[in-house]
Amino acid sequence: MNHSAERSLSTYLTGFVLAVLLTAIPFALVWGGLLAGSAVYAVIAVAAVLQVIVHLVFFLHIDLKSTPAENLFFLAFAAVLIFIMVGGSLWIMMDLHHRMQ
Amino acid sequence: MLGRLTVEALPFYSWVAMGGAAVTVGGGIAVFLLITWLRAWKVLWTDWLTSVDHKKIGIMYVVLALVMLVRGFVDALMMRAQQAFSLNSEGYLPPEHFEQIFSSHGTIMIFFVAMPFLTGLINIIVPQQIGARDVAFPFLNSVSLWMTAAGAALVLISLVVGKFSQAGWTGYPPYSGVEYSPGVGVDYWLWALITSGVGSTLSGINFIVTIVKNRCPGMTFMRMPMFTWTTLCISILIAFSFPALTVVAGQLTLDRTLGFHFFTNGDGGNMMMFANLLWIWGHPEVYILILPAFGIFSEVVATFSRKRLFGYTSLVYATACIALLSFTVWLHHFFTMGSSANVNAIFGIATMIIAVPTGVKIFDWLFTMYKGRIEFHPSMVYTIGFMVTFVIGGVTGVLLALPPADYLMHNSTFLVAHFHNMLIPGALFGYFAGLNYWFPKAFGFKLDTKWGIRSFWCWIIGFYLAFMPLYVLGFKGMSRRMEHYADPTWQPYLIVAAIGALFVLCGIACIAIQLYVSARKWGSARDITGDPWNGRTLEWATSSPPAPYNFAVLPEVTDIDAFHDMKILGQAYQPPQHYEDIVMPKNTWIGPALGALAFALGFAFVWYIWWLVALCFVLSLVCVGIRASDDNSEFVLPAAEVARIERERLAQISPADMHDMHDYVPRGAASGAPLTGTV
Amino acid sequence: MSAATILEEEQKHALHSREFGFWIYLMTDAVIFALLFASYAVLAENSAAGPTSNDLFDLSRTAIETGLLLVSSLTFGMASIALMHDQKGRVVQWLFVTLLLGLAFLAMEMGEFGGMIEKGAGPEVSGFLSAFFTLVGTHGLHVAFGSLGIVVMIGQVLVKGLTAPVRSRLMRLGLFWHFLDIVWIGIFSAVYLPGVL
Ligand code: HEM
Ligand SMILES: [Cu+2]
Repeated sequence: MNHSAERSLSTYLTGFVLAVLLTAIPFALVWGGLLAGSAVYAVIAVAAVLQVIVHLVFFLHIDLKSTPAENLFFLAFAAVLIFIMVGGSLWIMMDLHHRMQ
Repeated sequence: MLGRLTVEALPFYSWVAMGGAAVTVGGGIAVFLLITWLRAWKVLWTDWLTSVDHKKIGIMYVVLALVMLVRGFVDALMMRAQQAFSLNSEGYLPPEHFEQIFSSHGTIMIFFVAMPFLTGLINIIVPQQIGARDVAFPFLNSVSLWMTAAGAALVLISLVVGKFSQAGWTGYPPYSGVEYSPGVGVDYWLWALITSGVGSTLSGINFIVTIVKNRCPGMTFMRMPMFTWTTLCISILIAFSFPALTVVAGQLTLDRTLGFHFFTNGDGGNMMMFANLLWIWGHPEVYILILPAFGIFSEVVATFSRKRLFGYTSLVYATACIALLSFTVWLHHFFTMGSSANVNAIFGIATMIIAVPTGVKIFDWLFTMYKGRIEFHPSMVYTIGFMVTFVIGGVTGVLLALPPADYLMHNSTFLVAHFHNMLIPGALFGYFAGLNYWFPKAFGFKLDTKWGIRSFWCWIIGFYLAFMPLYVLGFKGMSRRMEHYADPTWQPYLIVAAIGALFVLCGIACIAIQLYVSARKWGSARDITGDPWNGRTLEWATSSPPAPYNFAVLPEVTDIDAFHDMKILGQAYQPPQHYEDIVMPKNTWIGPALGALAFALGFAFVWYIWWLVALCFVLSLVCVGIRASDDNSEFVLPAAEVARIERERLAQISPADMHDMHDYVPRGAASGAPLTGTV
Repeated sequence: MSAATILEEEQKHALHSREFGFWIYLMTDAVIFALLFASYAVLAENSAAGPTSNDLFDLSRTAIETGLLLVSSLTFGMASIALMHDQKGRVVQWLFVTLLLGLAFLAMEMGEFGGMIEKGAGPEVSGFLSAFFTLVGTHGLHVAFGSLGIVVMIGQVLVKGLTAPVRSRLMRLGLFWHFLDIVWIGIFSAVYLPGVL
């Protein structure tokens, strides 16, 4: 998508190292049983979101300046809609689930 | 070898079913013979079926929509006839047949009438409105058309081989699951949805890219005509909502064919998830049907009131608002599923909020008409009929958005009346207005106005007669989809509704007569300038019908209503300094081939003919491969040829044909003198 | 302007349009995956007396799969860098490495699926397993198509060279490949890790 940004080796390597770290943390937590309860889920979720951002920035070269505005728009729109659809679905279905018990 | 397909699939079990099959097959044979008799096969194939020209693709879409409108309407007539007589009796349709009819009516009207109709009009007009020579992906456009046609063909063939779904157009499980609907009907429905859904998704993407990337110089987003704006918005809606349809249809297919448990009663399925996913697509879908009609009304109102559109900016923002909000209200289709009060309240409020931007639009159109010189062209008459009628539908919609009220009205004929009240004026009337308005652009001659007005009166009277009684019946407690009933006080209303359907029949007949009459005397109604209505937007700058490349030289625009300004400034119909070579896409057989394969694939899936499934899949990949490795899919139309076509056109236009723009020149308020250079 | 330059101009515009169109396609695909994730979340607990995620998931396999995909993202990046420097041979080499990693991933996944089905934990057993196989299988199918794409593109680079259309296709394929890796982040975070907790 991004024609002007410099795609150097170091970008990819930085992204790779960060991604490995953000993968290793949740795996280690689950494997080692280091945390318990909802804290684990929170760490997994945060690591996942961060890693998605790392991939977008370092592998797909999304950045606010040089990526064409329309591409950013559709990325943001997709993010909002995914939030509405998935969040809404889970809210509705969990609510129904509770009321069925 | 043939899976579960046997002779028993043929409809020899009932006279009505055999009649339907006979009409379908007979119609097919008649068309075949007619084309053969006209010796038109070669022309049809080389100029039309294989065409990648957006105007021709658009025309084919509209033809598909009109044919399917007749089929869908015959279903409606049959239902109205059944209910008019089935008080305490079976009527003439057994329950399983009645169920197929309302299922196919709903499916056909939404997927194969409304969708192709609007896609067709968009195809013909939008590239011209933005001053482009073509859509972004002409070949993909052809694939979209043929995927849609393949879906329609699957619905049609279900009348002859096997049965259609009995589960309604929404196909809720568990009834649509394999346990309660073991036959092929639901599979036909699913594959028709999946193939045409793929087609729609592709055209959605195509038009987003077209509008974002192919606008002519100077056409900023805030200078795009309203119809283009609504197209952009619904293309985005299509691209983001149809995936939900694909997912839910795919999951139900997996349940039915491979024994998965997404939506089954037992084994950990959750059928409520089906309603949830279906309506994530379904609510945006109704705006996909309605917004383009709003775009058409905006164009028509401005042109036939002879005024600039009132509140252009507010219309744009209202459209964008509706588009975004339409993703946040889907639960109102299943308020009664048992969500807690909080959930229902939030979605109910969100639903009511949508009425606000819609109201804004109505006022914008009214203010455009205010003090305008209104011309009662059929398209304008449809627009006015829409405004009056749609408001009623909007009010009943807000009523239904109240969860407690919905608990009473859910699944009653009140709901049936409400959504027809939205879709017939709000979608169909818009498309008819578009048909009357843009027909000369597509074919080079005008439609007869007398029959146009007659069709309008039949439609609107028919609409009120057919659906107002249903509001009452809803209050009296009649639920939808009833094959027979026991309350004698309902019957008079149902008889009125049947009479209404007969009026609509006349309306459809009037449209057919209008097309026939206009074609007969086309020579006297020719549109020589390409601008029969003194239009305002760029599609009127091309010839009628337009040259394959639309614009010999790309126009430059400085304001909305670009062509109106060009005419005032005397820039219209001026030959350019010089012509240039134009790159055009070549026609290709791959689009229709992929459509045929999609049809065969769907058919094979429905009947479990697995070898045919595999074969079609491989052949489709081969087609895609052939296309992808073809680096020679375009040709250059030489400048000399362009110049010849354009000179021929301009030579035909005499100044007498042109519209007198004298009255439209902006004048100083005090002096009354024309303001130069301020257009 | 000559016919050739017009064609060239036109081609540049067409390639830009394709890149943008492909981007929108990716967004629609993201919605498909998002809804498959939602379906999985709704059905994850519904194992209907069949095996549960705790009985079935093997984190070390998931870790290896994750590693394979992550490294393949890096190697596709190497191919993109080589493309920038017009090193045709390098491009082919890195694409080839990426292909091998993708195939290794697919092999592991098929092994996993096969093992589960053998153990009587196929998709027709419960809502949970239906949703699991559909979500993870759809991702796997995408990886398979991506691998097919890499094979085709290796062929095109060798036959046609690094022409403008080939570059554009490679770029789009790269987007696709990185996108699949992003989906995989969702899969191990929402399916496998919570599944063994
Ligand atoms: C042209 C005049 C039309 C008539 C007389 C008509 C009549 C009917 C009737 C009698 C039903 C069944 C009502 C019931 O369940 O009791 C029905 C259902 C339906 N109609 Fe129409 N209709 C017309 C046009 C349309 C149009 C233009 C659309 C959409 C664009 C449409 C969409 C539907 C849908 C979605 C259903 C629900 C099907 C179901 O229950 O699954 N109809 N219509
Ligand atoms: Cu709705």
